[in-house]
Amino acid sequence: MNWISNYVRPKINSLFSRREVPENLWTKCDNCGTMLFHRELAENLNVCATCDHHMQLAPRARLTALFDGGVFVEVPVPAPTQDPLHFRDQKRYPDRLRQAQKATGEPEAMLVAEGEIGRTPIVAAAQDFSFMAGSMGMYVGNAILAAAERAVALQRPLILFSAAGGARMQEGILSLMQMPRTTVAVEMLKEAGLPYIVVLTHPTTGGVTASYAMLGDVQIAEPGALICFAGPRVIEQTIREKLPEGFQRAEYLLDHGMLDRVTHRLKLREELIGVTRLLLGLPPAIMGDLPAPAAEAPSAALTPPKGGDVRG
Amino acid sequence: MTHYLEFEKPLAEIEGKAEELRALARRSEGMDVEKEAKALDDKARVMLRDLYSGLTPWRKTQVARHPDRPHCVDYIEALFTDWTPLAGDRNFADDTAVMGGLARLNDRPVMVLGHEKGSDTQSRLERNFGMARPEGYRKAIRLMDMADRFGLPVVTLIDTPGAYPGKGAEERGQSEAIARATQKCLQIGVPLVSVVIGEGGSGGAVALATGNRVAMLEHAIYSVISPEGCASILWKDADKMREAAEALRLTAQDLQQLGVIDRIISEPVGGAHRDKARTMQSVGRALQRMLDDLDGMDRAALVADRRRKYVEMGAQGLAA
Repeated sequence: MNWISNYVRPKINSLFSRREVPENLWTKCDNCGTMLFHRELAENLNVCATCDHHMQLAPRARLTALFDGGVFVEVPVPAPTQDPLHFRDQKRYPDRLRQAQKATGEPEAMLVAEGEIGRTPIVAAAQDFSFMAGSMGMYVGNAILAAAERAVALQRPLILFSAAGGARMQEGILSLMQMPRTTVAVEMLKEAGLPYIVVLTHPTTGGVTASYAMLGDVQIAEPGALICFAGPRVIEQTIREKLPEGFQRAEYLLDHGMLDRVTHRLKLREELIGVTRLLLGLPPAIMGDLPAPAAEAPSAALTPPKGGDVRG
Repeated sequence: MTHYLEFEKPLAEIEGKAEELRALARRSEGMDVEKEAKALDDKARVMLRDLYSGLTPWRKTQVARHPDRPHCVDYIEALFTDWTPLAGDRNFADDTAVMGGLARLNDRPVMVLGHEKGSDTQSRLERNFGMARPEGYRKAIRLMDMADRFGLPVVTLIDTPGAYPGKGAEERGQSEAIARATQKCLQIGVPLVSVVIGEGGSGGAVALATGNRVAMLEHAIYSVISPEGCASILWKDADKMREAAEALRLTAQDLQQLGVIDRIISEPVGGAHRDKARTMQSVGRALQRMLDDLDGMDRAALVADRRRKYVEMGAQGLAA
């Protein structure tokens, strides 16, 4: 098991992590077609410099950009029963899992971490669309419960970045049961009086939208993100008509009262710091390039689990 | 007119023959066919028992969707007294795909909620085939709140293909409505018991079925996605629904083994629709037992019981 809490050094990480080694130095923007140089694109957090299109951002890169100095401590997520239904479609489920693990270098579709943003201690969770479409199964449920429990134990807010095609079909009814299960996590935060902020990223759909992703105290989305229960294709098949441009996009949901804000990815960190500090009754953060907190700072309130290693 | 499912065709033939013989005897006097007809009846009875003793998951799906299967309205009529329907979400509309109202179960006042699919073309259209829109879930939230304030147990009857995938439904926040309804189920300080009477279709079912105790009828199904939907996504072929139904483990028997439901209510031989009265009785008894189970628990204990149930869910998988 390599989910055990790690003290992550992003620079070391970027040297070794598979996904950060581009096969091609240039990426084509899937919206406007501009060729983007990988280093610039990464600096721009995968937002196209030409058209502002927000491309997917993996949890590790996202959390590195979020936390002060890119430093965070992973919160361990208990491993669930593997393949509880012995599910097999055209492939065996364990094979699909292994394939996703190999492609992403991550154990599963959600990363949970604690650290500071603008010197504000928080717990954060980020969902990985590149891992089996970010789908919610037992592991994601465990991750959200672990995140909420950790937030309650440390009395910190939870910031969650959602990205998912929905429930993980290969876990059948157990994936469906993550809807009430993750809602229990939201209830724990509510009861403890802690802020729960959701950032919906492209795409957030199905059972994920219909549970924890829509229950935040503050609901922020990235521009252009598809956010829905039923996907546009399913609806078009049902009503047999073409849907209007921009239907179920972040801006559309904002117009229809389903979100508080739509915020550009490069402004997100500042906004999250601001909102969090307002909700916690803290004075405004001193903004600017903050140095990484001292090594013991983020871990002051916890006993690091045994066997922790630096993730390379 | 009995409606036969595709796998019941051989049965339909035998029962048809018996019927024909009897009709012939009625027309021509002095002809005695009773012996032959009786033999055919016996054959049909054995065949029915055999067919239903080993239903595959896909066949169960068909039985769960049987057009003659008793629906929410039937249960309300048979099991409850003083039925007083309550309408509307106080916001936009009344969604008749979700029924809600006050009633008595064995004299005890309760709040009843359930999906209603409709039983003929007109009522099916009116009820939108049991596919609720946000208003349906928001009505449910309103009524659960009311039950909570007045200390009434909530009884929910689950029977939906899923939440409605429509433009207006999305516009008005289908996901938010489902999420809030599930949250409300977890919050209320009164007993919440659910029975999946037909189809437990994904999030649209969960929104009303997050109870302290959940039962399923023997041939009901409860799934994250319909077998057809799963087949078209994972097999890229909607006709692989048999395989998908198998893989999804959506039967009451599998769900009990997985610890997702608490009890299975047996159906008459040949499915709930072949003996509605008996089905009603069994469901009524199960509801009463589940409520009895929760008697004496205070508000905090009921909430804690529900939370524990869902947090612990999935700890064990199916045996290999």
